Amino acid sequence: MNVIIDNFPLYVSGFLQTLRICAFAALGSLVLGTVIAGFRVSPVPPLRWVGTAWVTVFRNCPLTVVLFFCAFGLPEIGVNGAYFWFGVTGLILYTSAFVCEAVRSGINSVPAGQAEAARAVGLTFSQSLTSVVLPQALRTVVPPLGSVIIAMIKNSAIVGAFGVGGDLFAVGDTLTSSRGEAVLPVLIGVVLGYLVITIPGGLLLGLLERKVAIAR
Amino acid sequence: MSTTSVLFDAPGPRSKRRVLIGSVIAGLLLLGVLVLVGLRLDAQHQFDVEKWAPLFDPSDEQFPLVWQRIGEALGNTLVAAALAMVFSLVIGTLLAVTRVTAARWYRWAVVGLVELLRGVPVVIAIFFASRVLPQFGLDLEPLWFLVIGLTAYNSVIIAEIVRAGIDSLPKGQREAAESLGLRRGQVLSLVLLPQAFRVMLPAVISQLVVVLKDTSLGFVISYEELVRVAGQIVQVLSNPIQVYLLIAVIFTLINYTLSRFAIWVERRLSQGKKSATATLSATDPAGAGTGGG
Repeated sequence: MNVIIDNFPLYVSGFLQTLRICAFAALGSLVLGTVIAGFRVSPVPPLRWVGTAWVTVFRNCPLTVVLFFCAFGLPEIGVNGAYFWFGVTGLILYTSAFVCEAVRSGINSVPAGQAEAARAVGLTFSQSLTSVVLPQALRTVVPPLGSVIIAMIKNSAIVGAFGVGGDLFAVGDTLTSSRGEAVLPVLIGVVLGYLVITIPGGLLLGLLERKVAIAR
Repeated sequence: MSTTSVLFDAPGPRSKRRVLIGSVIAGLLLLGVLVLVGLRLDAQHQFDVEKWAPLFDPSDEQFPLVWQRIGEALGNTLVAAALAMVFSLVIGTLLAVTRVTAARWYRWAVVGLVELLRGVPVVIAIFFASRVLPQFGLDLEPLWFLVIGLTAYNSVIIAEIVRAGIDSLPKGQREAAESLGLRRGQVLSLVLLPQAFRVMLPAVISQLVVVLKDTSLGFVISYEELVRVAGQIVQVLSNPIQVYLLIAVIFTLINYTLSRFAIWVERRLSQGKKSATATLSATDPAGAGTGGG
């Protein structure tokens, strides 16, 4: 166990890097996923096609492939940046498809009468979506969305393994490969780092779920 | 489409016109983005024949070799996914069954294990399986480390699916079996599990999609699955965009087919009999489907 105590600062910096990746990716994928969900339910066919294609591709491709695409493809179309941002972008693209599906299933769970009433009082499509349907949908969407975000936190390890570096996965890799530390204690340290985020996250989610749940 | 009817009525002449205008604008914007990306890619010579020919032109001299490698890699991917799935099903069912039947302290141990393994990223499970197990004298092929890592995570998910499957059965099933004098093990193996598996089937197929995607994490331990072999091909042909596009298409085709199949099975199962598939929906994006990479 001394490995963990001796390398505690390294673990902390890895933990913070993981948090950083997750914070950017969570923010980005929530926004992008909601926009794509709006596309998928919109009355305009081309937008629906974009939404459907988006979800089909990003839900069925492994995150690694998406990451490779970002790393190799984005520079070719003139988007340059630090490797960190390619990793975050890949995670955002991948997660946004799951966020979209969670939001869409939430929209579908809103009773038709709500939208009909909104139309009956003369609201336009975007008005009824933003002020009647989405506020209700977002509540039913909290539990699945939470699971998506927790899965995303675990997927951030793939971004680390992919070479963004500095995160908890990279710390485990450095300690075991180049420093030759005993593997099992290092592993326990890394796993604890993730459990510190995921288990309280799960509990918080349960709490939130009970709080925002609406009887229907 | 059910969403269409929830959010808007059948359009009248005015909204029809508006939708048409919106479609044209959106279509033009989309076209614009595609053209822009295309021009940029063309400027970088991404549409040159030598970048595509080895992948798509059978008369190219490298074509057979490239596809032979991709075929092998696809085989490796499928083998790893199939093995991981079989092991996960067996271990997951055992976990779920013991959780239902066993004594309290043991049940707590299982719950603890489930929560622990659920919180660990799959890539770390795979990576450390390949580092820790050799220290205990288990020097295996990379395939087995990948399978062990995938099984560690997915057996827990399967256990949850099985448990939900058993919970979704009507209470009368268990009560009837018990009143016939069957023992606990018999109640499970003869009455509950066969029905639970039926209900679970769509969720299990969806989980297979996750496992298939996660086999690509074999790249951290140099297992020669699709993504790793793609990397090797890229090193020779230096056409990353084209190769990864092909890999993306292969994965999308397989996994899309599988998820459609899951939905089809779900529909079939819910026909005629009011089953509890709603709790275990294959289309549920929140459930097991978000597990991995």
